Amino acid sequence: MSETDKNLEARFEAYVAEEKKIEPKDWMPDSYRKTLIRQISQHAHSEIVGMLPEGNWISRAPSLKRKAILLAKVQDEAGHGLYLYSAAETLGVTRNQMLNDLHTGKAKYSSIFNYPTLTWADMGAVGWLVDGAAIMNQVPLCKCSYGPYARAMVRVCKEESFHQRQGFQVMLNLAQGTDEQKDMAQDALNRWWWPSLMMFGPNDADSPHSAQSMKWNIKRFSNDELRQRFVDMTVPQAELLGLTIPDPDLKWNEERGHYDFGEIQWEEFYNVIQGNGPCNKERIAARVKAHDEGAWVREAANAYAKKENEKRSKSATHAA
Amino acid sequence: MSSTQNEWPLWEVFIRSRQGLGHKHAGSLHAPDAQMAIQNARDVYTRRQEGVSIWVVPAESITASSPDDKEVMFDPANDKVYRHPTFYKLPDEVNNM
Ligand SMILES: [Fe+2]
Ligand SMILES: [Fe+2]
Repeated sequence: MSETDKNLEARFEAYVAEEKKIEPKDWMPDSYRKTLIRQISQHAHSEIVGMLPEGNWISRAPSLKRKAILLAKVQDEAGHGLYLYSAAETLGVTRNQMLNDLHTGKAKYSSIFNYPTLTWADMGAVGWLVDGAAIMNQVPLCKCSYGPYARAMVRVCKEESFHQRQGFQVMLNLAQGTDEQKDMAQDALNRWWWPSLMMFGPNDADSPHSAQSMKWNIKRFSNDELRQRFVDMTVPQAELLGLTIPDPDLKWNEERGHYDFGEIQWEEFYNVIQGNGPCNKERIAARVKAHDEGAWVREAANAYAKKENEKRSKSATHAA
Repeated sequence: MSSTQNEWPLWEVFIRSRQGLGHKHAGSLHAPDAQMAIQNARDVYTRRQEGVSIWVVPAESITASSPDDKEVMFDPANDKVYRHPTFYKLPDEVNNM
């Protein structure tokens, strides 16, 4: 690194430390740019792949009202993906590049979406726990140092709250229903609890990039801090539902003022990240299929735009 | 497939949230032409009545001031405190002027 680069980088770090924002054309260290491209595009991919487990239930929702709600939620997730892809593009990566990386399996996305949604209760558990954990992760990002990412997150967070509430309501209805419905809710909680805790990422001691991201004000709280907050928030909600969190070690710690909870099976987490989760292959295959089968729509849009353009230039010549 | 090949142009989207307010930048999107950009912007940026009017502008048509010129452009206003009403200390009787 040259002397000027070192100076620029020192100035950059001091500037960011004052809670000031970076905008697309501003100077930034290469590593800051790369970190953001990776994080924002992974985040965008997670929103897009995240549509699949829930899209799976749109046609089987138990009522028209639930179908409309689920459709609106899945459409929001598409919107979130689009806000985030355009935020990443301001850093110099193209949309096609990102889509390519997703479709070829090069890009990562949140491992939670590689679990299957087996029953209707999973729509409740996903909204309540998965969107709940996502909100916990996303709210601090509204204040992140990169302007376009922060602005996209403000928009996302405004929309997420309905996602979690509708999920909790699904759980509540089931928990107050017949014995079978209550069992279904409990089974969904059993399957989604641990993967939701994994959404916060590895323990702080095993999270090597976190310190740098904190310094750059991209990350505000550590993985373990956010995970603890999520547990503390969710335990009383599960009690209200009358459901049992599947963790025998879970108990209130008076001294810490927090819930203690059991050890996470990190082997499973890394296994899913590496592509060996229950649905990794299915998810990417579904995404690629949707993209390929949508090709004719994109071509039709191009043809239509061309025709309209020709019409316009023809009438312009006539007018002249 | 090369990465920019066939990529639809980028449009910047501006939204008037209600009558009486100016259009504000909401974000951007890709679309093959202006009409479709407006339709896409409706779906992407106004799913909850966030707007009553949409502008789309081809991103490449925007001319922006350079961040490197920030100081040259905007610092001259720094020392012109007399442009602000608070610069003028007036007697209490007329201080709400
Ligand atoms: Fe989302
Ligand atoms: Fe969501």
